[in-house]
Amino acid sequence: MSSKYLFAHKHILGLDHLSVSDIEHILNTAESFKEISDRSIKKVPVLRGKTVVTLFFEPSTRTRLSFDIAAKRMSADTFSISASTSSTTKGETLSDTAKNIEAMMPDIIVMRHPSSGASNYLAKRINTSVINAGDGTHEHPSQGLLDLMTVKNHKGKIKGLKIAIIGDISHSRVAHSDIIGFSKMGANVFVSGPATLIPKKIDQLGATVCKTIDEAVRNADVVMPLRLQKERQNDPLIPSFREYASFFGINRQVLKIAKPDALVMHPGPINRGVELSPDVADSSQSVILDQVTNGVAIRMALMYLVFGGT
Amino acid sequence: MGQPQAILLKNGRIIDPANRIDKKASLLVEKGKIQAIFTQRQKKPTLPTKLLSIDLQGKWIVPGLIDMHVHLREPGEEHKETIETGTMAAATGGFTAVACMPNTNPVNDCQSVTRLILEKAEQAYSRVYPVGAISKGSQGESLAEFGEMKKAGAVAVTDDGKPVSDSQMMRRALEYASNYNIMVISHSEDFSLSRNGAMNEGFVSTRMGLKGIPSIAEEIMVYRDLALAEYTGCPLHLAHISTKESINLIRLAKQKGCPVTAETAPHYFSLTEEAVDDYNTNAKMNPPLRTQEDLDAVIGALIDGTIDVIATDHAPHSILEKDIEFDQAANGIIGLETSVPLALALFRKGYIDEARLVELLSENPAKILGVKGGSLSIGADADIAVIDPEHQFVLHENDIASKSKNSPFIGAKLQGKALLTICGGRITYSALSV
Repeated sequence: MSSKYLFAHKHILGLDHLSVSDIEHILNTAESFKEISDRSIKKVPVLRGKTVVTLFFEPSTRTRLSFDIAAKRMSADTFSISASTSSTTKGETLSDTAKNIEAMMPDIIVMRHPSSGASNYLAKRINTSVINAGDGTHEHPSQGLLDLMTVKNHKGKIKGLKIAIIGDISHSRVAHSDIIGFSKMGANVFVSGPATLIPKKIDQLGATVCKTIDEAVRNADVVMPLRLQKERQNDPLIPSFREYASFFGINRQVLKIAKPDALVMHPGPINRGVELSPDVADSSQSVILDQVTNGVAIRMALMYLVFGGT
Repeated sequence: MGQPQAILLKNGRIIDPANRIDKKASLLVEKGKIQAIFTQRQKKPTLPTKLLSIDLQGKWIVPGLIDMHVHLREPGEEHKETIETGTMAAATGGFTAVACMPNTNPVNDCQSVTRLILEKAEQAYSRVYPVGAISKGSQGESLAEFGEMKKAGAVAVTDDGKPVSDSQMMRRALEYASNYNIMVISHSEDFSLSRNGAMNEGFVSTRMGLKGIPSIAEEIMVYRDLALAEYTGCPLHLAHISTKESINLIRLAKQKGCPVTAETAPHYFSLTEEAVDDYNTNAKMNPPLRTQEDLDAVIGALIDGTIDVIATDHAPHSILEKDIEFDQAANGIIGLETSVPLALALFRKGYIDEARLVELLSENPAKILGVKGGSLSIGADADIAVIDPEHQFVLHENDIASKSKNSPFIGAKLQGKALLTICGGRITYSALSV
């Protein structure tokens, strides 16, 4: 990397906006922060006196906790607001909610929102740094980055790997960020799932669409089933979880056609027995918990970098 | 404004395709009528002593523009637009008449609402032609009273904003309308395909994570409506056509003699789905902005006559409905004040000539709705627009006469503008220093 490189993003809205150098820099920074979580005193003063507000309009356990832990390990003060406790239930607009929070001078707002583009909307209207923790079916950049970090950790590289993403691509912001991120970093992304859950022209985003799961998984270095959301059974998208599991679920047999050392990843939370069989989830090939651990490091890096850290 | 008794529009270029006129001449308006048109060589008519005389060297004098697809929002949504502000926007854009859609609150589905609109319109800045609903409450379940609405002054019926999903309902509407000689306008959309959609379905919607509205949602219904019009033999007008395949279907139907006419809106030949980039809610409308291929097809249809009318689908919304999350934002943009420059761009690029432009914006809508105007015939009501095709300006929010400012063209450099609008001999808009 050139010594002139400068991370110049005030907001983290999606991987679409990040360059290869940006992504490499984030991964390297996260890697250097990872060791902090192994210390007995898990705290560095990098963000002391800074205020981080997590504003979640959708339920989340893992992502929210991960941002919270990341901020606290950097010595920032963190505050959480969820939709059920916020004024939006009283009819306040997103813009007003954000401006009111901003009036209390936070330094970063981490937001999850059910509308695609909600973080972009916010970033245009307030001066505080915005980190997108998932917006509708658009992007989930910190998840995409932690997935890249996990693969890089285990494989030593990303370029040239075959990444198979299986399941509900249409409604998955994780899939969107992963497809953008992995293809940007030189991996070959293959997607498969029921055709009702594959969005139009996803190939233009950098993914190769496969009719069968075998095609996608064959010789893959990474196999990533996506969470199948319960409500999808109501739309005419899939007839049943049972049929889904038998044709698109990742189990021992399917995994056999991947490379012997293929990684199994999942953005969580898992529907065990639907998109992923329990034995595979708990197998030695599974790096699902590494993803969670790396998530903290990635989020530490993102908060550090939007403040102008180098 | 103090109205002159007579107006002489001097030395302009009179473009009136209905009368096959395109010449440099002067036009005299007196007692609300077009009294005379004469060239410099011709004998001057006797001019009244009290006369407002305006030199229009280099400007176009055309029949007052008619927008057959406008949402005036009154009654019920006066925070977005009123009959007064909407017609002020119309006059500013060179329009002397607008047809207003029935999706007000209450819906214009009976004569009393039609009358209310016309009463309010007595003070308006343009003629207002109410369009009634096809079904009661636009619910798609039972026919509205076409006969009574027509008698009260409605010029057409539509459930615009919502499709008529039930094919039997649409068939009955076409048949029943023929008794009253009232035009049926279809908002062609297969709602089962478009439901919850926020923009055109394609790569851009996938990249932005927005639910798409596929072009087939329009095309399937266009085909159904064409088939119904052909089968029943009843005339049909298709609103806001936006896709290439819709145009192919209409072209084929017209070749077979199907009694159909169609309109498109300026945004469908000026912008593509790329305008939605960065979640710009002022580029959100239904039907949505499509692809370059569709845009090219729309221009082709304006050239070859497959599309008969440019109508704006002027759809005012306040920031309450627009300055919010994209998927939650209301559909529609204002259009009355940008129609002339956007249509003129087609002329400047050489796609259509001046006469065709006037046909699309005035003559054809008048014919389709069966209303006055659309020409500059001697003795006719003086509905006139004066257009400066060269005038360049940047559209500023503060210059917009409409109550709502939801336009994707704010900040855009535009060329061509109405300078003077005369409706029934009254000056309803003037940008001239007279």
